[in-house]
Amino acid sequence: MAEFEPRIVMFCCNWCSYAGADLAGVGRLQYPTNTRVIRVMCSSRIQPTFILQALKDGADGVLVTGCHIGDCHYIDGNVYTEERMGNVVDAMKHLGLEGRVHLEWVSASEGPKFRETVTEFVEQIRAHGPSPLRAE
Amino acid sequence: MVELIGAVAVAGGGIAGIQSALDLADSGLKVYLIESTPSIGGVMAQLDKTFPTLDCSMCTLSPKLAEASRHPNIELMTYSEIKEISGDAGNFEVTVTRKATFVDPDKCTACELCLAKCPVKVLDEYNAGMSKRKAIYLPFPQAVPRVMTIDAEHCIYLTKGKCGNCKKVCENDAIDYEMKDKDEVINVGSVILSTGFAPFDPTELEQFHYEHLDVVTSLEFERLLSSSGPYVGHVKMANGETPKKIAWLQCIGSRNPEIGRPNCSAVCCMYATKEAMVAMEHDSELETTIFNIDLRAFGKGFEQFYQRAKNETGIRFIRSRPSGVDIDPITNRLSVRYEVEGSTETACEEFDMVILSIGLTPSESSKKLAEIAGVEMDEYGNIATAIDAPMTTSVPGIFACGTIVAPKDIPDTVADASGAASKAHSILASARGTLVTERIYPPEKDIKEEEPRIGVVVCDCGINIASVVDVPAVVEYVNTLPHVVHAYEQTYACSTDSLDNIKDVIKEHNLNRVVVASCTPRTHEPLFQDTCRDAGLNPYLFELANIREHCSWVHQQEPELATEKAKDIVRMSVARVALLDPLYTQKLDFNHGGLVIGGGVAGMTAALDIAEKGFTTYLIEREPELGGLLRTFTRLQDGRTTGEILDPMIAAVTSNPNLTVYTGTTLDEVEGAMGRFKGKLSNGEEVEFGSAIIATGANEFEPEGYFGYGSDNVITQSALEVKLDEGTVDAKNVVMIQCAGGRNDERPYCSRVCCTTAMKNAIRLKEEDPERNIYVLYRDIRTYGVWEALYTRARELGVLFMRYSEDDEPIVGDGIVTITDKLLNDTKFEIATDIVVLSAPLVAPDGVEATAMLFKVPIDSDRFFLEAHIKLRPVDFATDGVFLAGSAQAPKLVDESISQASAAASRACSILAKEQLETSGVISVVDAEVCIGCGRCVEVCPYGAPELKEVEVVTEEITYITRKSEIDPAVCKGCGSCAAECPTSAITSRHFTTKQISAVIDAFAFIDGRVEEVA
Repeated sequence: MAEFEPRIVMFCCNWCSYAGADLAGVGRLQYPTNTRVIRVMCSSRIQPTFILQALKDGADGVLVTGCHIGDCHYIDGNVYTEERMGNVVDAMKHLGLEGRVHLEWVSASEGPKFRETVTEFVEQIRAHGPSPLRAE
Repeated sequence: MVELIGAVAVAGGGIAGIQSALDLADSGLKVYLIESTPSIGGVMAQLDKTFPTLDCSMCTLSPKLAEASRHPNIELMTYSEIKEISGDAGNFEVTVTRKATFVDPDKCTACELCLAKCPVKVLDEYNAGMSKRKAIYLPFPQAVPRVMTIDAEHCIYLTKGKCGNCKKVCENDAIDYEMKDKDEVINVGSVILSTGFAPFDPTELEQFHYEHLDVVTSLEFERLLSSSGPYVGHVKMANGETPKKIAWLQCIGSRNPEIGRPNCSAVCCMYATKEAMVAMEHDSELETTIFNIDLRAFGKGFEQFYQRAKNETGIRFIRSRPSGVDIDPITNRLSVRYEVEGSTETACEEFDMVILSIGLTPSESSKKLAEIAGVEMDEYGNIATAIDAPMTTSVPGIFACGTIVAPKDIPDTVADASGAASKAHSILASARGTLVTERIYPPEKDIKEEEPRIGVVVCDCGINIASVVDVPAVVEYVNTLPHVVHAYEQTYACSTDSLDNIKDVIKEHNLNRVVVASCTPRTHEPLFQDTCRDAGLNPYLFELANIREHCSWVHQQEPELATEKAKDIVRMSVARVALLDPLYTQKLDFNHGGLVIGGGVAGMTAALDIAEKGFTTYLIEREPELGGLLRTFTRLQDGRTTGEILDPMIAAVTSNPNLTVYTGTTLDEVEGAMGRFKGKLSNGEEVEFGSAIIATGANEFEPEGYFGYGSDNVITQSALEVKLDEGTVDAKNVVMIQCAGGRNDERPYCSRVCCTTAMKNAIRLKEEDPERNIYVLYRDIRTYGVWEALYTRARELGVLFMRYSEDDEPIVGDGIVTITDKLLNDTKFEIATDIVVLSAPLVAPDGVEATAMLFKVPIDSDRFFLEAHIKLRPVDFATDGVFLAGSAQAPKLVDESISQASAAASRACSILAKEQLETSGVISVVDAEVCIGCGRCVEVCPYGAPELKEVEVVTEEITYITRKSEIDPAVCKGCGSCAAECPTSAITSRHFTTKQISAVIDAFAFIDGRVEEVA
């Protein structure tokens, strides 16, 4: 088999991180092809079971993104995202999946940050190797 | 009586014109938005970031551009100019010249093929002439409308009859070299002038050597900072090196009577601070210096921004006005000569770059427009208005807003723009809804019983997608996916003929779901949804797969992997669209009344503006009399008595038949949401209303404990005004102390109005008795904008100014004030004085917390109400239907309060004017059978949409009362947080259901061979 290519599910909120991804595109900022974006209106829609499902389905990592705290289009939805994802990240430690779930805030104006976030996470997962849940 | 025309012409498509247009269009008036350049957006589109939050300017602006271009009641007339205006208020004829673009807007898709082939290079106006564009061009990437324009002056075909490349390569036959300018006459009831300013051209100030390539204007520097600028955000000198030291020189073309530019431009101090801050974010080693006379950080959050810049970022602020820039004849290096503050010495310092902070000047086109409209101008070349009617010109029915009236920043411009919309709306209220067009769609197809039949369009976007992604391979792959009936390739999915084609394909293949794989849903989803509706499909049965911004553009070097990714993206979209349900909005009746809290100038103006449009309005004032803060002052800056504006306003408020005034009354309870608020007043009465405006104002701070306040001869500015009116100022020597109790740890903000108030009173004192000695002790004189004239006048009359520093404040003794003057080498002076007048800041009154609680709206750390967005939503709260105006938001002058009040009224009336409120289709709903009434949804909802209600449950054995959650569809915004929180999955977040999202996650995982087994 060729070099391991991580397969990553990425959640973006409509107002900030998805727009940040669009801006990275407009700026032609190049980054690895490993992520697949699922758009939701607010990062607070992302329930922990989505993360578990993605991992179970064979994702090597899940990257959750939203507006910076204080910037949420829905006032404070991302505060709950932070709480929920904090719990998920903790749980991963106990499941031997540490480092495979990450939360990052990316604003609509942060095209470069979007690129960095994706690039760094892809490298992080590449270092971890394939998920133990991945069915080969 | 003229026949009222329910349409408005808005001249100028910058942020002011756009805001006026949106408010009016939302209120049911037809709008012609006329812009002389090929795109709306104005100067704000050129800015990198905005102060004081450093928000990206384009990010906040571009949704407004899209909204204006999509609004069914707005007709964009870009590349057009007003030629003639005739008629009267309510019924004008406006002749508009539409300049030839030589490109058919219905055919052009802005694919940019022509750009590659056009051989002509022209200086790019968008990048302030620092890069080149082609003779056929789109002004900037986010331009609206997205249509190319040919620059006739530079096009080789149009000037010499040769070339014709663009026509040859255009696949849509959009180029029309025969196009001619043409005049069009539009009939409108009102005209709004909002054509903005011209950046000052520093060429005439030869001493600043603008011709040197490293001396640039602040606007050019914005482009240098911008990632869409000439060097993609890397600030470079002319020699290509990165600068290590940059200086900003303030007041270039401002506060300079010698060149006929006496005004302060109001924005330069803040933008220079912002530019220095952003430049240092780019390069932490960079040294920045801002040379200024007074640092005018007077707006909301500005002073705190300035302090942060000074104390934390390390920007050097030097208080001096350099006489010029020197160029070393040998090295060509730049240096700045300046007087060292407080001494007679001069210093000279080298810099790599010098930024000229150029002022806002009246533009030639604005002057021409003012002449065409026949409106009066003031002595500075701005459109003349009055303090009590800041948007009203000398011609009835013609209003003005933004920087065409005076230099001002973005939020003040936006407030002004909504205010002007309110004035136009008021005179046309009875013609509301007469000229708007509602789109008629064919009846919707019932798909409930049908299996998904999905059509997929994969777009090449010219070469934007197809040059990286193997589009035919994607199409071939997509045709193998479950439920896909028909997939095909399209050069431009968004061109008019392609949209027609999609409609045909839907019918031909009896499709009930559509996926377009092209670009971002954030710009293009509404367009395709509309196409679906035209073909009888519910718009929510559509999905955009973003294979451009998220794929071809960001993986240009990896075509094979990009193609695989594109297949995955489309597969995930197909999985999602198969499970999408048709959604419907609900139309609800609502209460069309307004309620205003606070009976000062802001509250009264807001209430009148609502009532004038025909809506029932309540005005609640807790004091026994109307008038608010202005009652404690006696004169305005223009010399009129405050009574001259208060008396007619109070008379109008109390006599308006739509308006009920409650004085000595408070609003104690509020329940409900936009469209159906219910309130209880302190007198026991209950009121119902659809929208509310908070205008609770501010009070002058009692400067207890500051500068000897409390002793007989130490008074505040308002007390001085009363004495001046009574003629009882018995003093030969008067000392005024600015920032008395302000700009300190307890009240870190600048109170904005006090410098202007002090000038006004210093002038009055001098005019009453020219022999008086008047000293103004200050930290910065912030007579921003046109009020700089008062500062000049005070100095002419002999008022003396001495600067103190915050860590060495003046000491008030018995008949003597001691000050260390920063301007005179820290010399200590003892000034004999008869009275000391303290300029105390405005502070939020008691009770703001309670008012905030009533409507669940936020207040900031200085106890002022916090608007939804500091730049573009200055009078909105994040909570729908609730607005704010006047000094409740932050201290402001009377004209600013009035403009804001009209703005808040305009925003409120854009809701009240609707026949019914339409809910969104994308909301959350509760399945009562599954709900256990735990209330977690109530806790996480930011809007209070879910509510636990007692219900009776009847089972076979027993009947019991329990609590179940119910979500108010009119309040829900569809974020889906409650669905994520619900422990029993009783809540469905429509359009983002757990089932739909799960299907997408599953589709992510299914590599080629496994597709069938899932299906």
